[in-house]
Amino acid sequence: MSTRGPAGTAGDLGTIVAAGASAVLVGFLGFPLAALVLRVPPGELIRRLLDPALLEALRLSLITSVAATVVVVALGIPIAYLLATRDFPGKRLLEVLIELPMVLPPTVAGVGLLLAFGRQGLAGGALDAVGISVPFTTLAVVVAQVFVAAPFFVSATRAGLSEVDPRYLDAAATLRSSPSRTLLRVMLPLAFPSLLAGAAMTWARALGEFGATITFAGNMPGVTQTMPLAVYIALQSDLDAAVAMSVLLLALSLGVLLAVRLAAPELTPLGARARAASR
Amino acid sequence: MLELRVVSRRGEFALDVAFEAPAGATTVIVGESGAGKTSLLRLAAGLDQPESGRIRLDDEVLVDPGAGIAVPAWRRDVGYVAQDYALFPHLTVAQNVAFGLDAKRIGRGEIESRVAKTLRRARIGELARRRPAMLSGGQQQRAALARALVLDPRLLLLDEPLAALDLQTRRQVRGELRDLLRDLGCVTLYVTHSPLEALLFGDRIVVMENGRVTQIGTRDDLLRHPRSRYVAALMGTNLLAGRVPRSGAGRVQTADGEVSVSDPGGPGEVFLAVDPGQITIHPQAPEGSAQNVFVGPILELAPEPPTGDRVRVVLGTHPALVAEVTREAVAALSLHEGMLVHASFKATGIRTYR
Repeated sequence: MSTRGPAGTAGDLGTIVAAGASAVLVGFLGFPLAALVLRVPPGELIRRLLDPALLEALRLSLITSVAATVVVVALGIPIAYLLATRDFPGKRLLEVLIELPMVLPPTVAGVGLLLAFGRQGLAGGALDAVGISVPFTTLAVVVAQVFVAAPFFVSATRAGLSEVDPRYLDAAATLRSSPSRTLLRVMLPLAFPSLLAGAAMTWARALGEFGATITFAGNMPGVTQTMPLAVYIALQSDLDAAVAMSVLLLALSLGVLLAVRLAAPELTPLGARARAASR
Repeated sequence: MLELRVVSRRGEFALDVAFEAPAGATTVIVGESGAGKTSLLRLAAGLDQPESGRIRLDDEVLVDPGAGIAVPAWRRDVGYVAQDYALFPHLTVAQNVAFGLDAKRIGRGEIESRVAKTLRRARIGELARRRPAMLSGGQQQRAALARALVLDPRLLLLDEPLAALDLQTRRQVRGELRDLLRDLGCVTLYVTHSPLEALLFGDRIVVMENGRVTQIGTRDDLLRHPRSRYVAALMGTNLLAGRVPRSGAGRVQTADGEVSVSDPGGPGEVFLAVDPGQITIHPQAPEGSAQNVFVGPILELAPEPPTGDRVRVVLGTHPALVAEVTREAVAALSLHEGMLVHASFKATGIRTYR
């Protein structure tokens, strides 16, 4: 791709200011990450990563975040399809509602979940009657993760589905394909990079979930203590253990972001902006 | 037999069309872009719904808003080839062709043999495992046609099937497509803006202008008796509309003056068609009588065909006329664009019809 913008911006004051400000921000974002990585020497880091308590938290984190992602994908595809293909009254409101968890403070989400599904909550009695108790269980961890991470998958998938060229949908319809078959055979395969990116972002968000989890699920090692919670607890007694776990989470997050960039560059927030600007 | 009568409105544009199309023949729908040809095909395919009217294919009513009938596209026995072919980019050619058969719940083995047979017939058997992005325009056109025909539709809809091809490929595919369509037993609607394709493919030709049908007929009907200036221009002839007065004596009154006609018939409205070859061009006012002479500038000189020895002369006379002369005549009279000339035609050179 060629360089955009007017020629001869080299000596322009605005360009110099922008470059300076960018350097400050990049340094600010990179500095703590570098501090994390530099704190513990590699040998010590590996020994720390093999600590049974850490592995326990890691195991719980992986299980819950993958479970949450599966739930979000299963429930997210239908609603993304409806939002992408249909117009109905209240659609705007529904969109706002679905995106709300993205900006809602996670602790607020946790309190909400507690008031809805807790023992004293609105649905607590009904759940109790069928022998289900959600709060402070591994299930609660998954519920909290689904709540905060679902919007990432739904919005990416919705965007991907609405970008499928309608010519292909027309072609499918004239080839005896029912709308649901067209979704499965044409729309989902063509939007697959978006689905993958959405699922990856959802998984990463679920993996990093802290506020809603500690509020709604508590902090019990082996049951509800996921990695981010373990990091927070370790910080109060054993800094190097906290750092080891943090480095691991950093590596996972970075890996996901890189994978998404490769699969569907336009779906990461900065990529989306760049594409919008180039139109 | 397809019986189609639809009224549909899209903002400012209104489509109001009725015609019938027989099975085992190609009905060409010809018109300029914006005439509503694609809208019409989409209604027949079921991709859009009309406000009112009725579409009937054999004994089955596909659409009748008045009776609350609207068979969705995917339940219609229709094949549709879009102008840009719309092959599924994530599937191979064979998978594209099998797509409609899969939906029909036929056995694996039969699907494979029908796909292979259709690909061979379309002469793209060796491309079965390719993705559409790897195909040339002509190959994509064949794959799209194969994908529609493998289902043995009762109604085949072709939207400008040759428009996306380059000139050389178009010539080659044109002949093949013509042979293929001739052997089909279904109703075929073929949309084009090209008069040449209309004449080449159309057993019957439906002319559309501004969302309405202005003439329906065979090639010969249209060539010999165009009923609008657009059809006349399409067929490369000149059309004048006029009326024969009560005491005619071989004169017809048109909007641009009187025209001498050898046998105008009784009083009433008439069409006068003058073939371009009947028109003579003179640098000065011609001698003699019983001739119709119109004065105007030469607007355009276009060799016809582009490398041929005939030249079409577009004249800014009233009425506007197109003449056809030889290259030698252009040189001898030193005709050039902008030159003021006299165009004449004999009373006997006019076809008169009502």
